[in-house]
Amino acid sequence: MTQASTADAPDFLDLEGEHHPEGSTMLGFWIYLMSDCLIFAVLFATYAVLGRSYAAGPSPKDLFDLPIVAVNTSMLLFSSITYGFAMLEMEKGDLSKTQLWLAVTGLFGAAFVGLELWEFSHLIHEGATPQRSGFLSAFFTLVGTHGLHVTFGLIWLVTLMIQTRLRGLVPENKRRLMCLSMFWHFLDVIWIGVFTFVYLMGVLQ
Amino acid sequence: MFANTDLQHLLFGRLTLEDIPFHEPILQVTFAGVAIGGIAVLAAITYFRFWGPLWRDWLTSVDHKKIGIMYVVLALVMLLRGFADALLMRSQQAIAFGANEGYLPPHHYDQIFTAHGVIMIFFVAMPFVTGLMNYVVPLQIGARDVAFPFLNNFSFWMTVSGAVTVMISLFIGEFARTGWLAYPPLSGADMSPGVGVDYYIWGLQIAGIGTTLSGINLIATIVKMRAPGMSMMKLPIFTWTSLCTNVLIVAAFPILGAVLALLTLDRYVGTHFFTNDLGGNPMMYFNLIWIWGHPEVYILILPAFGVFSEVTSAFCGKRLFGYTSMVYATIVITILSYLVWLHHFFTMGSGASVNSFFGITTMIISIPTGAKIFNWLFTMYRGRIRFDVPMLWTVSFMVTFVIGGMTGVLLAVPPADFVLHNSLFLIAHFHNVIIGGVLFGMFAGVNYWFPKAFGFKLDPFWGKVSFWFWTIGFYVAFMPLYVLGLMGVTRRAQHFDDPSLQIWFVIAAIGAGLIALGIGAMIVQFAVSIKNREALRDVTGDPWEGRTLEWSTSSPPPDYNFAFTPVVHNLDAWWEMKSRGFQRPLQGYKPIHMPKNTATGVILGVISIAFSFAMIWYIWWLAALTFVATLVVAIGHTFNYNRDFYIPADTVSRTEQQRTRALAAVRA
Repeated sequence: MTQASTADAPDFLDLEGEHHPEGSTMLGFWIYLMSDCLIFAVLFATYAVLGRSYAAGPSPKDLFDLPIVAVNTSMLLFSSITYGFAMLEMEKGDLSKTQLWLAVTGLFGAAFVGLELWEFSHLIHEGATPQRSGFLSAFFTLVGTHGLHVTFGLIWLVTLMIQTRLRGLVPENKRRLMCLSMFWHFLDVIWIGVFTFVYLMGVLQ
Repeated sequence: MFANTDLQHLLFGRLTLEDIPFHEPILQVTFAGVAIGGIAVLAAITYFRFWGPLWRDWLTSVDHKKIGIMYVVLALVMLLRGFADALLMRSQQAIAFGANEGYLPPHHYDQIFTAHGVIMIFFVAMPFVTGLMNYVVPLQIGARDVAFPFLNNFSFWMTVSGAVTVMISLFIGEFARTGWLAYPPLSGADMSPGVGVDYYIWGLQIAGIGTTLSGINLIATIVKMRAPGMSMMKLPIFTWTSLCTNVLIVAAFPILGAVLALLTLDRYVGTHFFTNDLGGNPMMYFNLIWIWGHPEVYILILPAFGVFSEVTSAFCGKRLFGYTSMVYATIVITILSYLVWLHHFFTMGSGASVNSFFGITTMIISIPTGAKIFNWLFTMYRGRIRFDVPMLWTVSFMVTFVIGGMTGVLLAVPPADFVLHNSLFLIAHFHNVIIGGVLFGMFAGVNYWFPKAFGFKLDPFWGKVSFWFWTIGFYVAFMPLYVLGLMGVTRRAQHFDDPSLQIWFVIAAIGAGLIALGIGAMIVQFAVSIKNREALRDVTGDPWEGRTLEWSTSSPPPDYNFAFTPVVHNLDAWWEMKSRGFQRPLQGYKPIHMPKNTATGVILGVISIAFSFAMIWYIWWLAALTFVATLVVAIGHTFNYNRDFYIPADTVSRTEQQRTRALAAVRA
């Protein structure tokens, strides 16, 4: 080939093709999600330890209103489905339909956050504040951290809607939409954990 | 100052003029020193017209090599601060007996031992390790940069922001008086109402974000960006230990972040996670912080093991003995490090079964570690050993670390731990492994890779002086603490009553003095080496007869690291290339795709400092403003799609021709 290879030596250099590894973003973002998952693991563990430390205050049975939580949960689950539709449209290259489904996703997400805030204010109004007991500290922190994640997801969603409008479905934007997609579904999975572990099991006790 | 105290409160939170400790002579002198030193540095930068290059080529750089060097500089600067704390403590304990109260009042002494621990772990050992990994890993795997170059720059500036936040506490307000892990309830709002713990929380929280992101970055780099042909079992051993360390970082630092956030909520919002009342549980903090804390010690030591492996095989002229067992030992240590955290508090009272489990897992860790020691010894066996400075550090490490490891196994026995818990024996043990392991490893690494980074070797004479002072100083400083610990002396005491103990503390203080000379010799070594750089120059790029790919490129490497991507066929790729008659190609260069520099990382770093300062002092308007500013800057950065460029083939060609001429001049 060139001077790099003598008769007995193999090629030690890649002289032709530009070896340019791409596509670390999905792996990197996945690892990030796992690190985020550990934050939730700590909060779940904390809830497991403190979840029955009522300090003579209210218990889950006194506080949780399952029908509202069911509505809330379905909002988030629907938003995951609609995000999936947005991704399908993105694959087809249809910008306006992608944006439409993103907007629907955002509305579902906003409804979820709104309902959660309403629930929080209702609890605080009843005197079940985060300062009341270890159980309530752990509850508000776990659920609130999830809600905060969804809020950041919404900000990100709006940002991406603007960016896709400005630049269209260029590879960078597709990559970003993929990352947000993973983030959004990840929050869904976490919420299923919260719903089961905090709400359902709390009321069943 | 303000007639209206409400207005003052609104503007400055709880910050008042009284919070600046004018009345402490030690702090005044320090402050004067820092101010004069700072002005001198700024003046020098201005005089040499270095502001432009500093900003363009360093602060905003996304080049992993420059970021790596900046990490190591941060570590060395903070080492001076952390060591100053150590000298203060050793001299206080050497004199504070009986009627003599020493010169440090308890409230000051407590801040010093907390700051010493925090700084040495988070802002010396961590940046050292991250810096070396950043510099070396992409070069060892034949890559042009890390997977996410901007993220790398951002991570660095988060670490700097954390360090700056902790340093501010020296001059405005106070630092935590809780010990380096800030156990509640002592660190809770009731027992520590001041700003000290808040400095601690925000400093570590911000630095921790940087560390986690850099861990993600390096994992993606090692998994995705290896040169063609470099399968996992052909990975250089330092890169293997880096991979395991970064896995540990990503799996441990989020836990630290979460537990600090819970402590923050307890202090700021009044929740009950770690309080003694209303259902809180302080022992939960102990468990959570050590689930991070124990992996942390392996995060620090594994890259050091990697350095020793590289140095041993390079300076013995042999392939590393037992490469495969070394890799598996590293992986086993990585896994086991998550199963031992409870040995930090056997005295919690979790019962015999739980304590036995954690005692046994702890002892088991010594098996893979012992296997590593034997691998190094067998690498040396029948090798042509060259006792250059990196090898000296390695030999000293092997002896010292075995002693530290054995005292560690001793502490792993729960009944023995009940006697030795919280004693100076523990202090001697972990300094034994962290100085003798991590720090010696980093010094070996700096001496080993310095010629790669700067194109000239470090002066060996002053390197040896530093080595001997450090090694002897370490033994003189810490062996007395083993004795004292066995006699039952507890840690963190500002004053002692029993005069018979004093001689041991005096010996320890002499040891600290010897280490100070070692640090001094190290500074002299840098100065002398820079002065004599032409005599110490290495143009070959391979001054130690190295075996891995970083030695195949020039020293310092060009921005693009490798003109052509290496193709790997074997472990010790560069050794194989050399032994099979590899010739550098002299033409056929192609344009090289590279990332652009960006100022976003620096800007976010500065905003983070302002944010943490505002949170610490309850300046809510500033906290809200800087929080929004962070979001705006971060989102604004994503609107820039123009992030890369091509180095033209001509430029590559010119750079490589320079090297060709330099190499020819050496051979002639």
